[in-house]
Amino acid sequence: MAKTAIELKNITKTFGSVVANRDVCLSVDHGEILSILGENGSGKTTLMNMISGIYFPDSGQIFIDGKETVIRSPKDAFDHKIGMIHQHFKLVDVFSATENIILGLKGKGKFNIKEATRKVEEISHKYGFDIDPNKKIHEMSVSEKQTVEIIKVLYRGADILILDEPTAVLTPQETQKLFAVLRRMRDDGKSIMIITHKLHEVLSLSDRVAVLRKGEYIGTVKTSETNETELTEMMVGKKISLNIHRSEPKNCEDRLCIEGINCLSREGVKLLDNVSFTAKSGEILGIAGIAGSGQRELLEAIAGLQHIDSGKIIYNNPKTKTQDNLRDKTPLQIRELGVRLSFVPEDRLGMGLVGNMGITDNMMLRSYRKGKTVFLNRKPPHDLAERIISELEVVTPNSETPVRRLSGGNVQKVLVGREISSSPTVLMAAYPVRGLDINSSYAIYNLLNDQKERGVAVIFVGEDLDVLLELCDRILVIGSGRVTGIVDARSATKEEIGLLMTKGKGDEE
Amino acid sequence: MISFLVSAIRLGMVFLFGSTGEIITEKSGHLNLGTPGVMCVGASCGCFAEYLYLKQVGPYASPFLAILVAIVATFIGGFLMGLLFSFLTVTLRANQNVTGLALTTLGIGISDFMIAKTGTSFGRASKYFTASLPFAEDLGWFGKLFLSHGILIYLAIAIALISSFILSKTRIGLNLRSVGENPATADAAGINVSLYRYLATCIGCGISGLGGLTFIMDYLNGNWEYCIDAFGWLSIALVIFTVWKPNLAILGSIVFGALYIASSYITGVSFANKELFKMLPYVVTIIVLIITSMRNKKENQPPAHLGLSYFREER
Amino acid sequence: MKLSKNHSFHIVKREPPVWYIGLAIRAAAVILALIVSGVIITLLTDKNPIAIYASMIDGAFGMDIRIWSLFQDVAILLCISLAVTPAFKMKFWNCGAEGQVLIGGLATVAVMMFLGDKLPLPILLIIMIAASIIASIIWAVLPAIFKAYWNTNETLFTLMMNYVAIQFVSYFLKSFVKTGSGVLFPMPEFGLPVLFGKQYLLNIIIVAVMTVLVYIYLKYTKHGYEISVVGESENTANYIGINVKKVIIRTLVVSGALCGIAGLLLVGGTNHTINVETAGGRGFTAIMVSWLAKFNPIFMVFTSFLIVFLQKGASQVSTDFRIPQAISDIVTGIILFFIIGCEFFLNYKIVVTKSVKEEK
Repeated sequence: MAKTAIELKNITKTFGSVVANRDVCLSVDHGEILSILGENGSGKTTLMNMISGIYFPDSGQIFIDGKETVIRSPKDAFDHKIGMIHQHFKLVDVFSATENIILGLKGKGKFNIKEATRKVEEISHKYGFDIDPNKKIHEMSVSEKQTVEIIKVLYRGADILILDEPTAVLTPQETQKLFAVLRRMRDDGKSIMIITHKLHEVLSLSDRVAVLRKGEYIGTVKTSETNETELTEMMVGKKISLNIHRSEPKNCEDRLCIEGINCLSREGVKLLDNVSFTAKSGEILGIAGIAGSGQRELLEAIAGLQHIDSGKIIYNNPKTKTQDNLRDKTPLQIRELGVRLSFVPEDRLGMGLVGNMGITDNMMLRSYRKGKTVFLNRKPPHDLAERIISELEVVTPNSETPVRRLSGGNVQKVLVGREISSSPTVLMAAYPVRGLDINSSYAIYNLLNDQKERGVAVIFVGEDLDVLLELCDRILVIGSGRVTGIVDARSATKEEIGLLMTKGKGDEE
Repeated sequence: MISFLVSAIRLGMVFLFGSTGEIITEKSGHLNLGTPGVMCVGASCGCFAEYLYLKQVGPYASPFLAILVAIVATFIGGFLMGLLFSFLTVTLRANQNVTGLALTTLGIGISDFMIAKTGTSFGRASKYFTASLPFAEDLGWFGKLFLSHGILIYLAIAIALISSFILSKTRIGLNLRSVGENPATADAAGINVSLYRYLATCIGCGISGLGGLTFIMDYLNGNWEYCIDAFGWLSIALVIFTVWKPNLAILGSIVFGALYIASSYITGVSFANKELFKMLPYVVTIIVLIITSMRNKKENQPPAHLGLSYFREER
Repeated sequence: MKLSKNHSFHIVKREPPVWYIGLAIRAAAVILALIVSGVIITLLTDKNPIAIYASMIDGAFGMDIRIWSLFQDVAILLCISLAVTPAFKMKFWNCGAEGQVLIGGLATVAVMMFLGDKLPLPILLIIMIAASIIASIIWAVLPAIFKAYWNTNETLFTLMMNYVAIQFVSYFLKSFVKTGSGVLFPMPEFGLPVLFGKQYLLNIIIVAVMTVLVYIYLKYTKHGYEISVVGESENTANYIGINVKKVIIRTLVVSGALCGIAGLLLVGGTNHTINVETAGGRGFTAIMVSWLAKFNPIFMVFTSFLIVFLQKGASQVSTDFRIPQAISDIVTGIILFFIIGCEFFLNYKIVVTKSVKEEK
């Protein structure tokens, strides 16, 4: 059975001046699971997109079953029995599962929805999926949506499956279920490529591992012959211990007291369920949880961007010694109260910054109201922009270049730089290192640490548990909108947090 | 009352063509604000072809050919306008709103130009279009209401029903809807987004164009009296009321027709005050717009990607 | 897209070109559009193209009076373009400038008609200005309020408001014109003052001042900055505490007020009467003038000049060569499409890549 299903030779792809992949070579056999391992931004997704016809390589060759093949479009990919499950699901919200599954399939005239539904159920049964074919996508949970995606490619008879970070949005239980399904598919003779940056998943699931680093192909190893240390080395180039300097918190005062806040979505789903905690000055409070468990709503409620249905958000003002309730205040009202709250949102270019504006104009977002005249004063923001460029080593042609043209790390430096420039008393950062390379990530960690030492109450929402454990003083774990635990980061273990992350789910069912 | 309803249906079909065409276009994710221009061009192409045809054959015109020539010419006229719109918005990725407005300017210009060449009277041609079943008049109100119309009226309803069926029950419809909802998904599913957008827009514009022809040849009995552009805008508005469903548009368009002609059927109102009654369709449109925006339901939303271009390698 | 066996074309985003290349691309588009228009007119008339261009230039600049009328029309179009610009910069698709101008004009005419002989001219002028501005603001701000609070589709709302305005004008003409003809005779005696004996000079000066003011408003004031932020991203605007609803409504008040001035200039300073065609489609042309100039008021001077020049020229051609007047709309349409189309070459480039190897 061990015959090569697909082989890539010297694939190169550039976007403008950025090299996403350079001379990548790899192959997968029939009945094999290959992990594509690499850090964020190492070119894994781009590479897989070239196999699935989303992008077209600048140079290089793709062989399928030994024959050279040109894949120009997703349709070509289907014709070669390649199916990709994207990280961002490609589903039409207002369609049902079956409608999504048969989308784009050939066939004359009227479609037979009953026949299609039956076939979907057959596939579900064969591999052990659990899905209602008539449910609309917008009513589904994330893991159900993923299931639809997988059935979609199987329905098309795919023999080569590519999964892009499939576990990022799943609970450990859901992950185990997915892995069981994948193993069954492998035993059925299918070739599976799974993109990930989680080592334990690589080791527990795959037969072989291909490693990419900054767009370059590093090598392929058999899972049975390797270990975490070796893979990490291949992935990051040199051995790293997460040596983040962590000082003991000093002069801790209760800065922000969250008391029993509740928040419902428009459809009536509880996004935040009786959340209470206290953020103290001079410490970093980490927030861990599976993506979409209410982290965004929590931070936005504090920042005055999200309406909450009940509860209190009490801010202890260190200057005036007064207590203010920030609930349902607009960001402007919060500032007018003298609350120096800074917020680095998850969506940097869609919320924190304006992509089409230069650094100077982006600095002005926070400060343009200063001054009594109706006219803007561009001098102070320009100076601030220049200061941030030099102090944080932002790589940019000048302070007027639209920030969307900067790299992810530089964009984040601009945003964090602006947010800390107002000497805040509370700093909230949501996934501040997502998509950043190691150096930029450390630059951000240092900035956060620095703020902590200055007595700022830092709230850090992260996804990498190792980082949370080494950077934070306390970690709040959130699961399905509920606080499932607050642990001391110095003594807690990953397993402990992982367990807490998945709690709170059972209460709904 | 019967004659009021009959007129409402006749005028309503102008809207029905217009909005069926626009629905098909919008389902592909194109918001075509050029519909008024498209309807003008459609009408003038149809009239122009009819004018040439009748001049050619003299008094011995075949009714069948007379109708066919005009319909085909109208459709082609609209189709070409759609092609222009798609070329700019799909291939050259221009902004849809601006392109649509420019299309309206151009369309009105072209149609005025052509009509200046042919004259504004198409009474003879109109006879072919308004010819109805001979026994319709004998069947009382039923016959008048349902059987007395010209061919374009039935064509409009047929096209609306067929479009409705294609959109909801066929693969082509499913693919088209996915292109308007989420082109990246459609693309990943192997659907040729550009092709669907081009075709939906061109065919949609062809159908919209027939609305212009209906207005001149059927409703106005062949007298090109005033510009059609208002009907274009109302057709676009009708799309929202009928929540992107051509079968609902049949009813909606008749209501619009009724509103539009209400002023001429209301008695005891002065000449000047009638002008105020003519606001009715527009004011009702505004009110319905407001009401639909206040209660927004997931199912009744426009195609999610309406008005946005799609570019695969964007990142 | 597969165009040949060994080559394939890919379209990729490019960095914005340096200004002179950008200018060259746009100039090329305009020249191409002129050539295409010339060819079309030549085909329709069988006349020598040179004669056609000569006639166009003659139509625009041929006589003193034509030059004045050219500048007057540029001024009015520019004025309306300036009016729609703040809203568009905020991505508020105000397609109702036509109605906003018309209703402003109607208010002006009403003041002229009913108060003209009762008040001294300076007071009358002040009331005219106030009336037209207020009327237009109402027309513009209604859709804005519904957009701000319920996200009502502003494109259709404003379009419908155009027709409501038109019906108001025809109602007005039919009820208050004493002859009953529905045609109102001009009342130049109540119009805006005439400077140095040049009828249009005041209009032109007012619009020139407005251009500068709008430029400053958009570029150097806090309001202008808020408009840009809301236009770029509503999320960001919320995030930094801009009251988006307030900005939308305030901007449409500004936009409406400027439309009111346009209505005033058209009625009080130019026609001294009104009919349903007074705005004459300028409300729509203005959208394109503004868009093509990338919402920059200074560039708008050029784009509106270009369009008015073409319309005047084409209209002269139609008189000289006896072809329908509508040719001027067609020519405008053509030039718009060329300029809209040329944007593509400013933002993207086409890359030809050789396919890996020959396919079998």
